[in-house]
Amino acid sequence: MARTEAAAGVNPGARRILLLRGAGLVVLAVVLLLLPMTANAIGDPALITLATRMIIYAIAAASLNLILGYGGLVSFGHAAYFGVGGYVVGILYFHFAADDLFLGFIPGSNQFLITLFAAMVVSGLAALVLGALSLRTTGLQFIMITLAFAQMVFFLFVSLKVYGGDDGLIVRRRNLLFGLNMANDTTFYFVCVTIAALYFAVFWRLVGSRFGLVLGGIRQNERRLAAIGISTYRYKLVAFVIAGIGAGIAGALMANFSKFVSPDMLHWSRSGELMIMVILGGGATLFGPAIGAVILVGLETVLTGWTEHWQFILGPILILIALFTRGGVLTLLENRRAPDA
Amino acid sequence: MTLALEQILNGVQFGVALFLLAAGLTLIFGIMGVINLAHGSLYLIGAYGAALVSQRTGSFILAILAGLAASAIAGLIIEFVVIRKLYARDHVQQVLATFGLILFINEGATILFGRQPLFVAMPPALSGAVEIIPGVPYPTYRLAVIAVGLLVAFGLYLFVNKTRVGMLVRAGATHRDMVRALGVDIRLLYTLVFGLGALLAGLAGLMAGPLLAVQVGMGEQILILTFVVVVIGGVGSIRGAFFGAMIVGITDTLLRGFLPALLRSLMTTSQADALAAGLSSMGIYLIMALVLLIKPQGLFSGQN
Amino acid sequence: MPDALLRVDHLTKRFGGLTATNDLSLEVRTGELHAVIGPNGAGKTTLISQLFGELAPNAGTIHFAGEDITALSTAARVRRGLARSFQITQLLFDYSALDNVALAVQAHLGHSYHFWADARSDRALTEPALLGLARVGLEGRAHVAVKEMSHGEQKQLELAIALATRPRLLLLDEPMAGLGTTECAATIDLLRKLKQETTILLVEHDMDAVFALADRISVLVDGQCITTGTGEEVRNNETVRIAYLGEGNV
Repeated sequence: MARTEAAAGVNPGARRILLLRGAGLVVLAVVLLLLPMTANAIGDPALITLATRMIIYAIAAASLNLILGYGGLVSFGHAAYFGVGGYVVGILYFHFAADDLFLGFIPGSNQFLITLFAAMVVSGLAALVLGALSLRTTGLQFIMITLAFAQMVFFLFVSLKVYGGDDGLIVRRRNLLFGLNMANDTTFYFVCVTIAALYFAVFWRLVGSRFGLVLGGIRQNERRLAAIGISTYRYKLVAFVIAGIGAGIAGALMANFSKFVSPDMLHWSRSGELMIMVILGGGATLFGPAIGAVILVGLETVLTGWTEHWQFILGPILILIALFTRGGVLTLLENRRAPDA
Repeated sequence: MTLALEQILNGVQFGVALFLLAAGLTLIFGIMGVINLAHGSLYLIGAYGAALVSQRTGSFILAILAGLAASAIAGLIIEFVVIRKLYARDHVQQVLATFGLILFINEGATILFGRQPLFVAMPPALSGAVEIIPGVPYPTYRLAVIAVGLLVAFGLYLFVNKTRVGMLVRAGATHRDMVRALGVDIRLLYTLVFGLGALLAGLAGLMAGPLLAVQVGMGEQILILTFVVVVIGGVGSIRGAFFGAMIVGITDTLLRGFLPALLRSLMTTSQADALAAGLSSMGIYLIMALVLLIKPQGLFSGQN
Repeated sequence: MPDALLRVDHLTKRFGGLTATNDLSLEVRTGELHAVIGPNGAGKTTLISQLFGELAPNAGTIHFAGEDITALSTAARVRRGLARSFQITQLLFDYSALDNVALAVQAHLGHSYHFWADARSDRALTEPALLGLARVGLEGRAHVAVKEMSHGEQKQLELAIALATRPRLLLLDEPMAGLGTTECAATIDLLRKLKQETTILLVEHDMDAVFALADRISVLVDGQCITTGTGEEVRNNETVRIAYLGEGNV
């Protein structure tokens, strides 16, 4: 009896869920494909740039979700890696335009794939260094330390007068990719959609893998993981680096999208917003953070239309969500056990 | 030498402000297990309360009372409406809710008082300078701030170590369940501690008024430094908060004071200034990193 | 003794003024089921936690298979062949029973730096995990989330997880606490089979179970091992009678 189940291996209820998911994905793909056309048809092309922003933040929030939602690591400094990714694009463009060398030996670039890759490497390295330190603590200290280190990176860029300091750095033209007309917002939208699709596919494999299983275990009970022989620190660090790389991708896209980078990308409140997106949509779900990104960016757009003091309304909304839902507007998470402080 | 003494005193004065915030924050962390991002907002409220009353009435005494009252009342309201419901929740929800509080309070302050910073007049009695050692004058007001801070630190020390309530507070930081088991009204204890924290934050805010511009965002700036203090000192430890605050305050001030000159002797002025600005604002974070490498739980933590 | 799998020497653990284990020494031989009994507060769980590397002793040494493991981390000890079950269950409550055991199988197979292949359809994990579940009588509950399971089932799952790491020495902390009589009987049957395969250190309050299963018994009182012997020897030991059994437990 156990044998036949062993042969089946999968949860009997899982097949139906898979089917539903497949259908949902098809719908999502159709919506994303038709969106620019529809936007132009109804005479509202601003929808395309709005959707692009949502997609970029969806990637950033999903990357945070890997550690926050799956791993249970409450990082309050994720904007640092987002900003680092953006600055890599900005700085490489700066040296490309000036036709000189970064640090005297690295040439600038305006090639999308090169700058994107560089952004992933640099933000991953930043996450490696800061994560290695931060992960020596847990709970409250971890929250404070990730926030503090992100603030340190923030000040680093503020003090880099060469790259505009407080004022930031303008990227005059978007990076080049395969002869596409990147200046066209619809083209750039589809570039972002493609990268997001790849990113979420990789993410989906990752969280279902052996590594993902360990990561989810870390959230639930680290003591148990040690008791089956898993040293959790390294797994947490690897997850932290992967998350940093994801934020770097989003940052690089954002720099191209807005043709501008500034310390504002790394501001602590940006980290807060990413966190809100994850919680809003529901942590530890594949698309939850994406939904959170859509909601928050959408809410911001709607509220700013009403009043410049939109945060005065957003604040209480966040409080209500925290107090009266257990996080996650859509996937009302069940009483997850609070990790010990 | 004279300059060094002055800078050190400035550092101590900054450290005192950090301590007032860190003491409350670390107690709230330690005892209730709550991360309160809005602690900086209480600092802001204290500063605004005092600044407004000082501008209207010109009385510094009234300003002090207004600042303290505003922050304490705001603290109690926040505790009652929001924080109280967060005790048993996980950190993610505490962060979300108190982040929402920050947005609400900051934006509310902007709506009420605008984006222009308020400047608070120095109280006349304290506006001069005292010669601390012959030939070295130092602003009286800053000395007064230091004195108040040290006095509060001493008072807190006595309160936590010598009184019955203090004993409960101390026990609450390490053995939450035991205090509950003793039949102590834990809810009252929490409210008390939170109110005390709010009062201290407000005190720091109102004293900062005549030294800094009172403006939206001042709360978060100092909040993040306060986090650094708590991390260095160790969560739940008043002693840690004090020494952490002094380390951060003095280091930060000295770096800002002396690094530019030091670097100017090594490179061109503009390069030196840029680098110095970067290094000095990053300095305390590097110290924090160092502490983490040596003692991840903080220098004065009782935890293992 | 050459055949000692685990040797504890002069183990001392203090919490403030309280001494939980006090200069405690004992030996577990390869292949035996060694029970540790003692009144509440005698230091039994503290002993297990120290053996398992979750608490650092103030003094003393622990040798496992001839190697000094006193300073090793829990995970390192598990990789050398130790496993424990917890009195208060430590499970991954959002995961299914199968996930919990499969993760232990996975940990035993080596590192988990596999980032792509789907773990839940990996037969190398699920097959041994299902067999492990069947062994403790949970074969029908593989896909149930742990938080939905009864206390008794969670206890059984604890055992299945510990076994999935293929331990050479199994530390069991009150596996029968809170179980009903039928569940108890089932667990005793299971332990009887297990003791053929692996060495076991059993902390248990159920004296019937202890005397039925144990090859040797150590009696802990006030953090010290006052005697070790067979069930018969312990029963007849004068000191034990006074210190412990005299309270009417047998």
